[in-house]
Amino acid sequence: MGSITLANVTKSFGAVNVIPPLNLEINEGEFVVFVGPSGCGKSTLLRLIAGLEDVTSGTISIDGADATAVPPAKRGLAMVFQSYALYPHMSVRKNISFPLKMAGLDQAEIDKKVNGAAEVLNLSDYIDRRPGQLSGGQRQRVAIGRAIVREPEAFLFDEPLSNLDAALRVNMRLEITELHQNLKTTMIYVTHDQVEAMTMADKIVVLRAGFIEQVGSPLELYRSPANLFVAGFIGSPKMNFLTGAAAAKYDATTIGIRPEHVSLSDKEGDWKGVVGVAEHLGSDTFLYVKLEDGTQFTVRAEGEVSFEHGDTVYASAASADRIYRFDDKDIAL
Amino acid sequence: MATDHSRTAARFMISPAVLLLLGWMIIPLSMTIYFSFLNYNLLSPGMEEFIGFDNYEFFLTDPAFFAALGNTLLLVGGVLLITIIGGIGLALLLDQPMWGQGIVRILVIAPFFVMPTVSALVWKNMFMNPVDGLFAHAAKALGFAPFDFLAHAPLFSIIMIVAWQWLPFATLILLTALQSLDQEQIEASKIDGANKVNRFIYIVLPHMSRAITVVILIQTIFLLSIFAEILVTTNGGPGYASTNLTYLVYAQSLLQFDVGGGSAGGIIAVILANIVAFFLMRMIGKNLEA
Repeated sequence: MGSITLANVTKSFGAVNVIPPLNLEINEGEFVVFVGPSGCGKSTLLRLIAGLEDVTSGTISIDGADATAVPPAKRGLAMVFQSYALYPHMSVRKNISFPLKMAGLDQAEIDKKVNGAAEVLNLSDYIDRRPGQLSGGQRQRVAIGRAIVREPEAFLFDEPLSNLDAALRVNMRLEITELHQNLKTTMIYVTHDQVEAMTMADKIVVLRAGFIEQVGSPLELYRSPANLFVAGFIGSPKMNFLTGAAAAKYDATTIGIRPEHVSLSDKEGDWKGVVGVAEHLGSDTFLYVKLEDGTQFTVRAEGEVSFEHGDTVYASAASADRIYRFDDKDIAL
Repeated sequence: MATDHSRTAARFMISPAVLLLLGWMIIPLSMTIYFSFLNYNLLSPGMEEFIGFDNYEFFLTDPAFFAALGNTLLLVGGVLLITIIGGIGLALLLDQPMWGQGIVRILVIAPFFVMPTVSALVWKNMFMNPVDGLFAHAAKALGFAPFDFLAHAPLFSIIMIVAWQWLPFATLILLTALQSLDQEQIEASKIDGANKVNRFIYIVLPHMSRAITVVILIQTIFLLSIFAEILVTTNGGPGYASTNLTYLVYAQSLLQFDVGGGSAGGIIAVILANIVAFFLMRMIGKNLEA
């Protein structure tokens, strides 16, 4: 249980068309991440699936049944919001038990499920506190607890980690991934952070202006991006793009090469440039090189590298098959 | 984070205001207490003498006192009930998106700007008058005998008038509370399976509880001292049917020229108001914390 199909779904707000006709298949048990820059329609898409917005046309089916006109509560989905949307006047226990109470379960069963969820999420110590007395990470866990007690067909996450600090974000990322592995429930996760997408997803859906640019597993997207946008969006630091003569040599309008696939030399290479900033992270060094034609070029070198600001360096592709070629319509060749 | 020095400076600088307010309160209060122990009648000036607690005894054993006490509580309670329930209803309605929202909201606020004497006179002469009033015309049109509101249901009529005046205030405060409700909470409760009624009971009402507390506290303070509406409509009558404590104090000191008795009544009203305030704070004051 937990497969979701979108067929020719569109959404307009007045005259503004946010989602052009869109088709997407989400299989049972998958961890699907919608990723894209802000304003690309990923949150709208999630809200359409949740039933918080009505589709303008098209159909949404959940487990094969048409759910387009079904109200949110009846879709069997649970959602975790960016602001967590906890009920501030209720204790953690009441927050988590609210959906069960609304479903009309008897008190003994509610208690059992709530205690179970609290244990799984390490919330037992705070169960009688109010959300205002909890830290960001704990609130996040309460929101997840409120979602899992319902045993939904699928979980919907709307940028759930964006309000947490960096260390906690990494932690929660692991916890959510682990949760998915334990529950094996379909999860749909919206983020603008490609690192979250890469680390958590079974399947990434890259969106731009409502259009699906590419769907695939993280490594598929990394290895063979369908177009310039996906190539630039997936991977950190961003892929370097070269145009003009450098690209023409490879029979393309634009060529792309990832910072980690560049080798540097102080004597010879394909592209000559001057080191701008060198970020020494210990394990890696990121060098921002300004090429002769003015293009910024990022290089990731392993370990400690001795290049400093102002050094002249030569960059070249580590191997020819690591060069991505794009035509004049930005489509990968 | 204030240092000792800045705290001292702060105390020094607010002290004039504190002293002014203190004087403003202490001087009239001590004058009233002083008068309440005198046999002080305006008809026999220069004859004041100290009579101990006689004024208090006189006031507390007067049957009018208990009638006025009951009327005061009914008036406050009745108006609070109508304005809170009506205010929540109106706030929920006004929160719905609709055409002409701005104008409608201003119109709803309008009664609050009408001064009490004027609105009471409008109600008395244009609505409740048994001959020419709108209600009398409506009753006649439907074949009923006109009802003389101010003669036969004086307290109820005054409650209606005062509730009409204070409904906008309650609506305004409750509407702003309603608008500050996080939409994601509403959406979360939709997904959690709460229908409209449950959403109101479990999400909206608790969110508004603090605003409701504020409305109750502020309105109680003002409703305990309702006076103008009674003076221009019923003059406290018939009998003592619409006399509240404030009006009784007025009648004692200025209609019967008994300043001493009136002062004693005033002090009793102050004590009663403090008792009400104490219980009010105990009951709902905890809503204002956190």
